[in-house]
Amino acid sequence: MRFMMLIHHDEAALAAAPQKELWADYGAFNQALAKAEGASTGLRLQPSSAATTVRQHDGKTEVLDGPYADTKEQFAGYFFVEAPSLDEAIVWAKRCPSSRYGSIEIRPVVDPTTGVKG
Amino acid sequence: MALDDAHRAAERVARESYGRLIALLAGRTHDVAGAEDALGDAFAAALRTWPADGVPGNPDAWLLTAARRRQTDVIRRRQVRTAAEEQVKLIVNEIEAMADQRDAIPDRRLALMFACAHPAIDPAMRTPLILQTILGLTAEDIASAFLVSPATMGQRLVRAKTRIRDAGIPFRVPDQEELPERLAAVLDAIYAAYTKGWNEVSGDGISELADEAIWLGELTVSLLPDEPEAKGLLALMLYTTARRATRYDAAGTFVPLERQDTNLWERPLIARAEHHLNQANAAGPSGRYQIEAAIQSAHVARRLTGVANWAAVVALYDHLFALTGSPVVILNRAVARAELDGPHAALADLAPLESDKRMFAYQPYWAARGHLLSLAGDTASAAQALTVAIGLTTDKAEKGYLSARLASLQGDPRTQT
Repeated sequence: MRFMMLIHHDEAALAAAPQKELWADYGAFNQALAKAEGASTGLRLQPSSAATTVRQHDGKTEVLDGPYADTKEQFAGYFFVEAPSLDEAIVWAKRCPSSRYGSIEIRPVVDPTTGVKG
Repeated sequence: MALDDAHRAAERVARESYGRLIALLAGRTHDVAGAEDALGDAFAAALRTWPADGVPGNPDAWLLTAARRRQTDVIRRRQVRTAAEEQVKLIVNEIEAMADQRDAIPDRRLALMFACAHPAIDPAMRTPLILQTILGLTAEDIASAFLVSPATMGQRLVRAKTRIRDAGIPFRVPDQEELPERLAAVLDAIYAAYTKGWNEVSGDGISELADEAIWLGELTVSLLPDEPEAKGLLALMLYTTARRATRYDAAGTFVPLERQDTNLWERPLIARAEHHLNQANAAGPSGRYQIEAAIQSAHVARRLTGVANWAAVVALYDHLFALTGSPVVILNRAVARAELDGPHAALADLAPLESDKRMFAYQPYWAARGHLLSLAGDTASAAQALTVAIGLTTDKAEKGYLSARLASLQGDPRTQT
């Protein structure tokens, strides 16, 4: 199964973290991810202060300064893994340094050959 | 009675076969609901006909043939075949080829139990899922024990099964590294079924749910013979079940352990419990269920020999508290300590619970407080605590017991002022 791993950061906790160690950990994690079969290294996003949210309502476009939801943890990046089951995806989530400064949401990707089930 | 036994035996075989086949099908397709659809009608037919007509020589093959027939009907009627149905049909063919030798069919029920009790499944749904998938209980059967409507239980079960399929929850026994934590969830789910069954029934005996839980406990022990905690849980359930006939008197009033007639305890169950507990203890460090079973073992020994062993019971509760940190353990330990050091020491131990919000509506807390306060001679406070306990009790037998205690407290001439 293919899983998208959505990284959500507590930006304050991340800022307070020992930066050198954190990014060294991230470097190692990205290398491990690059070696894994079916995985691809992900992308890191600018902080939520750089976010803009757009909606269309009755033909009017609404452009808002800020992220989709103003919560403690903000969407910060993503990566993909290919894994036989949720258990292996959970192990990848635990390996990701961001799981210590926020959370990783694991979402199975829709298989285009079978579509959304149920 | 003999007929009832025959019925139960036939049902048992049907459930045994059903659970094995569901586990096998679902393990391959990751589709629990699809496996149930394929076998559900066949299983219902087995529950209807086997008790009267006798159990067929090869129960698995009987169920599969009935399932195949019904599936073919459905497919013919609908004129459409879904990928899932095709897959189920393929697997059924494969199993039928093996069905002559029943042992050739791998037992995947443990893997199914681990899927049902996976950390990604809502803890409240783990027990109902195991009861439905392994034992074939209906949403109605399960709903009544969990105090929700059958429709609600049905929806929650469907959602949980969809989640098992779509989230990618695996069907396998976890690696040794993860096993202790994950096995705990399976054992907790089985024990939850047992306590539901145990509390559900007043009067004689024990509900079927508790019997089913014991059966699941035996299944787990047989499939994971090296896990001491599985044996500990089974021993715990067997110890308490052995006393089932003495829990209530002829009038249906609750009888506390110290006053139960030990001649009515079921010795073969106690012997089995002792056997499993001894094996568990020999296998390594004690977990929660082993310690709880050991406490039950100590109670049994005390009542049978007449030799007080409260110091050992208190020590076991200390172990249990170190593992769980549960306020319920503080409570039970205090009641045991009262027998050792008197009610004042026990009441002092309860002090940390007085401000614990979880205890405010917890019936055993107020019943134990009432018991200890009356031993300490504080009749007014004891009566207050017992009144709260009675107000929180839903069980008729226990209400009768507590009301009698309250009445004797209030009628005691020494306490009249």
